[in-house]
This record gives sequence, structure tokens and C-alpha cells, in this order.
Amino acid sequence: MTAPDATPIRALGGARFGDRLFKALLTVAALAVPVLLGFLIWELWVGSRLAIDAFGFGFFTSSDWDPVEGLFGALPLIFGTVVSSALALLIAVPLSLGVAIFLTEFAPMRIRGPIAFVIELLAAIPSVVYGLWGIFVLIPFLRATIFPFLRDALGFLPFFQGPIYGPSMLSAAVILAIMVMPYIMSVSREVLLAVPNTQREAALALGATRWEALTGAVLPYARSGIIGAVILGLGRALGETMAVTMVIGNRHEIAASLFAPGYTMAAAIANEFTEAVENLHLAALSYVALTLFVVTVLINAGARLLIWRVARGGGGRGA
Amino acid sequence: MNRSAARRLRSRFMVGLMGLAVVLAVLPLLLILGTLIAKGAGSLNLAFFTNVPVPAGETGGGVLHAIIGTLMIVGVACLIGLPLGIGAGIYCAEYPASRLTFATRFVSDVLNGTPSIVVGVFAWTWIVASQKHFSAFAGSVALAILMVPMVTRTTEEMIKLVPHSLREAALALGYSRWRTSLSVVVRTTLPGIVTGSLLAVARVAGETAPLLFTALGSQYLSFNLDQPMAALPLVVFNYAIGPYEEWHQLAWATALVLILVVLVLSAAARLATRRKFTQNG
Repeated sequence: MTAPDATPIRALGGARFGDRLFKALLTVAALAVPVLLGFLIWELWVGSRLAIDAFGFGFFTSSDWDPVEGLFGALPLIFGTVVSSALALLIAVPLSLGVAIFLTEFAPMRIRGPIAFVIELLAAIPSVVYGLWGIFVLIPFLRATIFPFLRDALGFLPFFQGPIYGPSMLSAAVILAIMVMPYIMSVSREVLLAVPNTQREAALALGATRWEALTGAVLPYARSGIIGAVILGLGRALGETMAVTMVIGNRHEIAASLFAPGYTMAAAIANEFTEAVENLHLAALSYVALTLFVVTVLINAGARLLIWRVARGGGGRGA
Repeated sequence: MNRSAARRLRSRFMVGLMGLAVVLAVLPLLLILGTLIAKGAGSLNLAFFTNVPVPAGETGGGVLHAIIGTLMIVGVACLIGLPLGIGAGIYCAEYPASRLTFATRFVSDVLNGTPSIVVGVFAWTWIVASQKHFSAFAGSVALAILMVPMVTRTTEEMIKLVPHSLREAALALGYSRWRTSLSVVVRTTLPGIVTGSLLAVARVAGETAPLLFTALGSQYLSFNLDQPMAALPLVVFNYAIGPYEEWHQLAWATALVLILVVLVLSAAARLATRRKFTQNG
């Protein structure tokens, strides 16, 4: 850095040395973050070379997963990841948007803070605790009540047919929904708080009801930010590991029925990495990790750009 | 008139629907906490905190090894992650126009959403594979990597709250830039930085995925960072998926301990920030 105030005063020499040292140390720390991203991708790439050379892009379209034969394909994992996350969003998005809107627009002032606080505590519960609760409380409940109900009511659809196991794609989706809800809620709440009050007041002054003011003046303003919040939630759901691996059943299969066990990319890594003995098996799992990483990085980057567009002011806020 | 009444009714109905969403959203938290206390509290006694595990099938045994393990793994992660994260955060706040600031801020936000299992694979490839054995230290590195982006962002946000006049006053008094930064700006915002760090600690203390193939877990009390080590989340996981009823009991009790640690840390951190914000106006 060239110092514009380069007046050579001896007494300031020490101060200037201190400044330079200070900045150098901070720069090292700040540089570490982007460097870390590059290093992560590099190490994962090196770790998966064996599998990339062996399978290339065919890895993503093959359903074989046979460590003995040395055949690996990630299609069932990708399918399971996408389906469980999409279902989770289907449940979580209406709920969390409802909560965020209620808390910023309609709730009495006094209860806004405490409720937001309580829901954000959900985000602090460790994933493995969700998993434990999922195995022993949620799954028995779903198997006894919700799943039979769905099969009776919607059994004509292929998604709700077949035997009801406890661990299943749908169980994973429900637990994922509970887990991503606080993220979507807190980010969309921040976005809604960033909408200028004049938007609401103008609509109300024109005679709109509070609901009409919301849909007509507030939501359009916040739209891209809310989409960002949802995408951020999607990123969380895609990478969630422990809770999912404990309730999804962990089977390398693509099944139409949501009652059937499935597998996700993150769950496969968690389950098989320590057991893998063949180098190719390890490389295949690393390839899965690399794919998951690149996908979540792209998704998060997109979400951040959308959120920054709304909550510009301070150059974006942490979730 | 009639139409406006219908519109008002519709508005009320939608607002009511969203109130219902709040109830549905708070319900899981109450259910989870309730089950944890109902199933876990009975197993909590002094022996639980002072003993190490007994062989499978026997009753009794505690999680002392995992409490020590979590303290050590998270402690070392703090030693690595906090200075880097806080430093990077100060940089972003002090040099907002720099291109590096933009990169660091953006990459932090992106890394904040990284699946922690991926970081575990990274630590395995980088450290475990090259050392050819599992180690608690590799787990610490993985957790530190998860902490850095979180701490960076909160530190920057906190420092940005310091009024510019404070900085200008210090500079006008002849303070050099680094002393202004450290003894005026950072000092003012220290409670905020501590809060951010506590939140990060609370989050990584509950992480299981990055430890699965780094710290690995262990049945024994160990203080050696170069060897596999137990941690509370790993214990919950292993006992939960195990076949024995006694293990499930221990899993609930351990989960209760874990969640108490995490919730107390993060609730305290959040409350501290809230008070700070209201004080600043």
C-alpha cells in the first residue's frame, strides 16, 4: 500500500511501522478466507482424481454402487438429495414465510422479538439431536399416523404406495423441513425489515387492507431477497448430514414411493467414508463431496447476490 | 360496502393463517426439548459426568471422556479459528474499499453455508490421509474452518456499529491507525466480538459430521490430540444408532447435556448482543 501521507517525520516512524505490521497481520487473516476456499476445492479434487479419471461425468448418470466390483455411480444419491430437499422446502417455505411475515407485519410489537428468538434457537439445536429425535419420536409417530393416512387418502399416486418402513425419504424431508425453517425465517425476516415503511404506509393510505398492503406493496419489493432466503435454505437442506443419515434408511436405490428408504450425497459420505477400504471407493466418496461442495457454493453465492440486492445498505448481512 | 367487508375478512383470515404458522413453527422446539428432558434427565447423575463408558450391554457408565474430548477439540479449534476470523473481520471493517474485503466477505458468506461433512472430507484428505491415522487435531482443524467465516462476518458487523466520530476523535488526538483500531474501535465492540465468537463455538460444539472421520471417537479417556478422541455429538450418534436399550438411554442423556451446553452458549450470546444494540440506541 502506498502511503499518501509520506512526510518523513522521525517520531512517527514507530507508528508507521506499527501500522504496517498491523495491516500485514490483518491481510494475512483476510487472505486466509478466499485461499481456504481454493484449497478446499483443490484438496477435494486431488482426493477424487482416481474416481474422476475412472468414471468422468458418467458418475452422475450411473446407478451402480458396488465397492466389491469397483463400480460407482452417484445418481441415486443425487436423486435422494434433490427429492428430500425439494420436499423439505415444500413444507418449510410456506411455514417460515408465514412466520416471517407475521412477525414483521402483523404480530403485536411485544411478542415479535421473543418469538423470533425462540425460533432461531431451533437453528442452534445440533443436527445429531434432530436425528436422535427423528429415530425415536418422529418416525414412530409418522409411521403410526401420517403415513397410513397419506396412503389411504393419496394411495392412487405412485408416491404414496408400497410398504411403510419407518426410515424413508418422507421422514427425512420432514426433519429437514424443521431444520431449514429457522434459516429461511430469519433471513426473510431481515429482508422484510429492510423494506421501507413508506411502502406499507402508501398502500394503507390508498385504502388497502393489511393483507393487500402486504401482497401489493411489501412482497414485490422484497421478492428477490425472499427468493434468496429460500435458496439459502435449499443450500442447507442439500448439505445436511447427520439427521438425514439417521432417518432416511440409507439405501442406494431410486424408488418412486416416498415411503421407501433412500440415500443422500452427504449421508453416503458420512456412512461409508470410515468403512471404505478401496482407494477407488474413497475417491468416489470424495468425488461426491466435491460435487456437493461445488453445488452448495454456487447456490449460496446466488442466494447471497439476491439478498444483497434488497438489503444493500451495509453490503449484506450474515445469516 | 359489502365488498370492503369481504376484503377485510380475507385480510383477517390470512393473518390468522400466519399466526397458525407461528404455532406450528414453535411446536417442534417444544417437542424436542420436552422429549430430551423426559427421556434424558432421569439418567443424569454424578456418575454420568465422572465415569467413562462400560462394555456394551452393561448398565451405567458415563461420558466424562466425551466431555473432556469436546472441550479439547473445540478449545484447539478456537485457538486456530478465532484469531483468523477476528483478524479477517477487522480487516473487512477497517479497509471497506479494498478488493480483498469484497472477496473475503463474499467467500465468508458462501462458506457459511458449506456442508460440514465436506469440511470433514477435506480435513481427512489433508491431515488424516497424510498422517495415516485419525487424530483429534484433524477434528479441531475441521471445526476451525467452520468457525472462521462465521466469526469473520459477525466481527465485521459488530465493528461497523462503532460510530465514525469515535475513530476520528482518536486519530485527531494523534493515535496511530493500529492503536485507534485496537484500543478504541475493537475495544468498544469487544462484547460484540465475544458474542459472535460464542455463537460460533456453540455451533461447532454440536457438529458431528466433521468429526466422524477425523477425531473418530473413542471409548477411553484421552488427552492426546494426536490420537482419536471422543466428543459429545459422536457419542450421541453412536449410541443412537446402536442396538442396545441402555445405549439409547445414554444417547438421550448425552443429547440433553449437549443441547444444554449449546443452548446456554447461544442464548447468552444472543441476549448479550440484544442488550448491546439497545444501549447503542
